[in-house]
Amino acid sequence: MSQLEIKDLHVAIGDKPIVRGFTLTIRRGEVHAIMGPNGTGKSTLAKAVAGHPDYTITGGDVLLDGKSILTHEADERARAGLFLAFQYPSDIPGVSIANFLRAAVQARLAEGEELDATAYYQRLYAKMDLLKIDRKFTSRSVNDGFSGGEKKRCEILQMAMLEPKFALMDETDSGLDIDALRIVADGVNALRAAAHPPGILLITHYQRLLDYIVPDHVHVMWDGRIVKSGDKSLALELEAKGYDWVKKEFAAA
Amino acid sequence: MANSATDTLPPAADPATDNPVVGIDQTKGDFSYKVDYEFDAGTGLSEKTVRYISSVKKEAPWILEFRLNALKKFLSMPMPTHWATKDLENIHFDKIRYYLSQGQKPKRTWDEVPDDIKKTFERLGIPEQERKFLAGVEAQFDSEAAYSNIKDLVAKQGVIFANSTEALREHPEIFRKFFGKVIPTGDNKFSALNSAVFSGGSFIYVPKGVKVAQPLQAYFRINAENFGQFERTLIIADEGSEVVYMEGCTAPKFSTSTLHSAVVELVALKGAKIQYITVQNWANNVFNLVTKRGVAHEEAEIKWIDCNIGSRLTMKYPGVVLKGRKARGEVLSIALANDGQHQDTGAKMIHAADETTSNIIAKSISVGQGRSTYRGIVHIPRHLKGCKNNTECDALLINSNSRTDTYPAITVRGDKNATQHEASVSKVNEEMIFYMQSRGLTEGQAMSLAVNGFINDLARQFPMEYSVELKRLIDLEMEGSVG
Repeated sequence: MSQLEIKDLHVAIGDKPIVRGFTLTIRRGEVHAIMGPNGTGKSTLAKAVAGHPDYTITGGDVLLDGKSILTHEADERARAGLFLAFQYPSDIPGVSIANFLRAAVQARLAEGEELDATAYYQRLYAKMDLLKIDRKFTSRSVNDGFSGGEKKRCEILQMAMLEPKFALMDETDSGLDIDALRIVADGVNALRAAAHPPGILLITHYQRLLDYIVPDHVHVMWDGRIVKSGDKSLALELEAKGYDWVKKEFAAA
Repeated sequence: MANSATDTLPPAADPATDNPVVGIDQTKGDFSYKVDYEFDAGTGLSEKTVRYISSVKKEAPWILEFRLNALKKFLSMPMPTHWATKDLENIHFDKIRYYLSQGQKPKRTWDEVPDDIKKTFERLGIPEQERKFLAGVEAQFDSEAAYSNIKDLVAKQGVIFANSTEALREHPEIFRKFFGKVIPTGDNKFSALNSAVFSGGSFIYVPKGVKVAQPLQAYFRINAENFGQFERTLIIADEGSEVVYMEGCTAPKFSTSTLHSAVVELVALKGAKIQYITVQNWANNVFNLVTKRGVAHEEAEIKWIDCNIGSRLTMKYPGVVLKGRKARGEVLSIALANDGQHQDTGAKMIHAADETTSNIIAKSISVGQGRSTYRGIVHIPRHLKGCKNNTECDALLINSNSRTDTYPAITVRGDKNATQHEASVSKVNEEMIFYMQSRGLTEGQAMSLAVNGFINDLARQFPMEYSVELKRLIDLEMEGSVG
């Protein structure tokens, strides 16, 4: 079984330690939700695992199918099967979604191997149908002038096309109204129902998203590490009691 | 007359003394080699040189006169270093060969061509035959047949498509009237130099009402002469005619000298349309100092599409003089300055009649220590009515060392004219690159995609084969720019 292991991971930005001893194993097909108040290191964790150059790993390891990926560049990690859905995706003016994805798919082929353009478009359109995305969407420049909802749908479409083994979804619900949230959640659920579903690490601040994407496991992150784990009922408990409850319990522990 | 000299081409400039940018190998992409020349004017420029060139070409006395007059102007004019870069002072005019004509096949073999050059040709998808020419292995590019076909085809429509020597000899009645009129000899020091020693280039005349269906390409007729350093091109589109001309190719070019100074004149008579497309990629030891201008008569249209990559210094400001009512002028330009390169480019729009319109879109990309400068002139005098100009300059910087300057000079007098100007400077930032890398693209692929996106709206206006080559070329340039 394919798995992503994060072992006692420590991450710093500059001199400042942000993630402090984070440990979690995700198996393919599982959905793990990470919840926690702002500033607790959730986004830092996702970016560090994806290989952002600004984040320094000061300890621990990240293993994909048993092999450490920490010495690999972000693009190598991506090609190995990791995907980061961004909270704030960059826009790439002048580059259409179709061409961007094509370049990303091409990058996964062996050297000298040419992309089959017809097959690529067939697959792209199939994924768009699955996610109920209009055909015109992919001729637009990546994220350029997109609404919050469009940006997130663009992320989901990329995830669907690149078929990662593991996806880190960073605050996918932020900035979305309830309709947009439902559309994005439907997309994620469609990918979960596919033949080879990815393992998903779902980072969120609110319980709301978990009404639509029901997680297998819920973890509470506080001060750079997981302080409590449970099933989906933990999310509801958090919703009812608020994060202060965690803070108190953790401070007491 | 034939003076058979065996000689070595001038060696590349010593990077240590000649290059103000420290640490850049200016000899890269430069490939000189031993070759026999049938005609060789020797090094240095004098009246003797000019007379020699004229006699080799068996020119009419008026052309010799024109050349000698130009030489005087050239010698008397100062370098334009009061506004342009001081790097111009590093051109050693006395070390340059002003005329070379290959009488024999060069003795270089394909095996002697450096591997990295071969690899580049391969990556760019340059056909086998053309590679040999471009690498200087073959003096004559084996597409003479293709060229003759086009020439014969358009000849049926009465179009004259010839090189400058041939055209001045065979059709003086047509070309003399316009030759040197759009760009006077003394327009600038380098147009004077070209006027004194010009050789090669295309002369085209399109008769009234003739619309040339296929683009005329210098690409199909590359030969030693056409690839000259001082080519001269004159295109005349008679009333209501239309023509598209394309020059250059994106392969790194075998260059015989470190100085390239061309003059291109366009004349669009009433209601005519000329589109002139250039895509060039120079070795980075070349000074590329080119004067390009067109005159658009009533309701005529001139469009320059200009793409400059490579060279040590390029100075080029294609212009249109909007001479007749409702004339239109357009310059679309892309410049890419990599490490050790300076692209000093822009556009000139001189409005000289009512209801004339002009459009300038200039995009520059500076990589590493590369430097881009935009210089533009838009002139609309007070007495004119209903003139419009639109100017957009966008600069993209890749890494913090790059430099970009914009010097737009827009003079719009009178209240019956309109102009709008937009300029932007953007950076390919780390977040954008990380975003693309997180999708599996390498840093180099990410950069080239960002650059291709930046120029996409302009590149789309290029003919298909050029935009494809341009994209490949940018991929190569970006690959090399990632540390």
